[in-house]
Amino acid sequence: MMLDLLGNAQLWASTLTLAIPIAYAALGGVFSERAGILNIALEGEMLIGAFVAVAVSAWTHNVWVGLAAAAVAAALTAALLGWAAVYLRADHIIAGLAVNVLATGLTGFFFNTIYGPMGTPTTTPTVPLWKIPLLDRVPFLGQVLGTHEALVYVFFAILIASNWLMFQTPLGLRWRAVGEFPRAADAAGVAVLRVKFWAVVAAGAVAGIGGADLSVGILNSFSPDMVAGRGFIALAAVIFGAWYPWGGFWASALFGFATALSFQLQGVVGLSKNLLLMLPYAVTVMALAGVVGRTSPPAADGQPYDPGR
Amino acid sequence: MTAGALWPFTATLLAFVIGGILAAGFGFNPISAYGALLSGAFGGAFAIATTLTNALPLMFTGVAVALSFRSGLFNIGAAGQYWLGAIAATWIGYRAAVPAWVHLPMALVGGMIAGAVWAALIPGIAKAYRGANEVITTLMMTYIAVYLGHYLIEGGPMQAPGFTPQSPQILPTAVLAGLVPGTQLSWGIALAVLLAVMVWLLLQRTAVGFSLRITGASPGAARYAGVSPRGTIVLALALSGAVAGIAGAVQVLGVDHRLYDSFSTSAGFTGIVVALLARNHPIGVLPAAVLFGALASGGNAMQISAGVPFHLVDILQGLIIFFIAGEGLLRYASWGRPNGQRPA
Repeated sequence: MMLDLLGNAQLWASTLTLAIPIAYAALGGVFSERAGILNIALEGEMLIGAFVAVAVSAWTHNVWVGLAAAAVAAALTAALLGWAAVYLRADHIIAGLAVNVLATGLTGFFFNTIYGPMGTPTTTPTVPLWKIPLLDRVPFLGQVLGTHEALVYVFFAILIASNWLMFQTPLGLRWRAVGEFPRAADAAGVAVLRVKFWAVVAAGAVAGIGGADLSVGILNSFSPDMVAGRGFIALAAVIFGAWYPWGGFWASALFGFATALSFQLQGVVGLSKNLLLMLPYAVTVMALAGVVGRTSPPAADGQPYDPGR
Repeated sequence: MTAGALWPFTATLLAFVIGGILAAGFGFNPISAYGALLSGAFGGAFAIATTLTNALPLMFTGVAVALSFRSGLFNIGAAGQYWLGAIAATWIGYRAAVPAWVHLPMALVGGMIAGAVWAALIPGIAKAYRGANEVITTLMMTYIAVYLGHYLIEGGPMQAPGFTPQSPQILPTAVLAGLVPGTQLSWGIALAVLLAVMVWLLLQRTAVGFSLRITGASPGAARYAGVSPRGTIVLALALSGAVAGIAGAVQVLGVDHRLYDSFSTSAGFTGIVVALLARNHPIGVLPAAVLFGALASGGNAMQISAGVPFHLVDILQGLIIFFIAGEGLLRYASWGRPNGQRPA
């Protein structure tokens, strides 16, 4: 039975679908943690992205405008964390927590004042499906990879570009330097605080697209509890992926698989859905506790940098 | 008092001002909104009892979170430990046929142990031995706890006969007696005050408390002083989870009397804000919890009579944490420059 399940292309296609929102946020996590900012706020940034994507897409009848707005809104949300963590030298976890609670409040407040109990408009446009020519005709592989909503493919473009940016360019070197050894970067003339701040903002933008993927990519509506811990799962994916962009993706794929599997199993075995829905969260705990062993974070991750001392 | 000591008050005030501006921007009258909030929270004996009833779980969860923060750990998952405490207390509450003087303490202790185990067994040990970030593990355990609770009462072993997803009602011998007739306020409030004092004494006056605090303040110094960091991590999360577990137990035994599907997790999360506002002082948690209890009861009144969405309260909470975190703002306020050095 298990073999039948694993041979089911549907399972792998939905693994990818479910992994991508987390993978966006995990990429954001890599962005900010490589610059030394511990980013608990991914959850709130996803929530803001999810809401703004629906609101603006419904309003302009254009999902691309909605996505751009989601990225900008989430980047602004992240700027709040960036300002507090970088310039006010606030505790990263507490500042991130503040952003999350604030995002819950703001999205709930706007959702209720603008839409009320009827929910978001059912006419909200969604991200279009893209078919990859030729690939979509390959048996099995085509079913898994050939047809997805555009944000899945956009993700890989962003992933490849950011991997190049982080590891092949002078900017990337500065970016990683401020997270490893800010004092040295400072001495070498890098504007440490500015690099950290913009890394957090960039992280917010991609996490926001991840949230938007939940609301207008997979569905076409918003509900206040829709992110459901995915931002925190993404944070675990960052650690599990050893702070590498591709690592974060593969870790997200594992969580996507756990979720997809729990959906598939609901139809097959007589287990309670509540027990199966624990799976991605349990996998996250196990990933952090056992499987990873110890990977080391950027050396100055989570420490406020004070240029004056 | 210095500006720093007054900061929690300033932070709260700033949050209310910004929240008011936001509400005004959406066409609500902030004065009438806050007026409705205030009278909903403190206007009359019933309102005050409701505020205190809302504050009660926050007193426990606030102390729980403060205890972990003081030990240098972020127990973000008090909500999960709260659920486990509630599950254990409910089960003991309807299953155990024992005299009242045994039953109530047994249910409370059961809830306490369940919460402690939930925090210490996986997040505590994973942190101590594998370095797993407790912020994520305690939170993941919260999602697992909520699904576990739902499983137990939706077709699982704790579902009451019938189709409603709920547990059987606890026996009268396990009920935590009411304090004010006609309201849901129970004697649990005395327990909360007692516990806050006990935790304060534990932290300030005992060797165990010292090892917790020194680990929180400076892990390096702790090791130098011969404090085992691993043992302290597990102990700190166990104690924190125990207090959060009692919170869940008191909620079931004093207010709900059974476990529902809609049993809330918010007390666990609001406890974080309460602890931060109290600057992680166990006694300071008590008034901070009353503030948030008032926001909850007043927020409902505000939604009903002034039409302002309850979520304004969440926004206020977020702003309060943000300003608490951004205490560095004071450096701007005091000296007008970012680095905050005193002018020579």
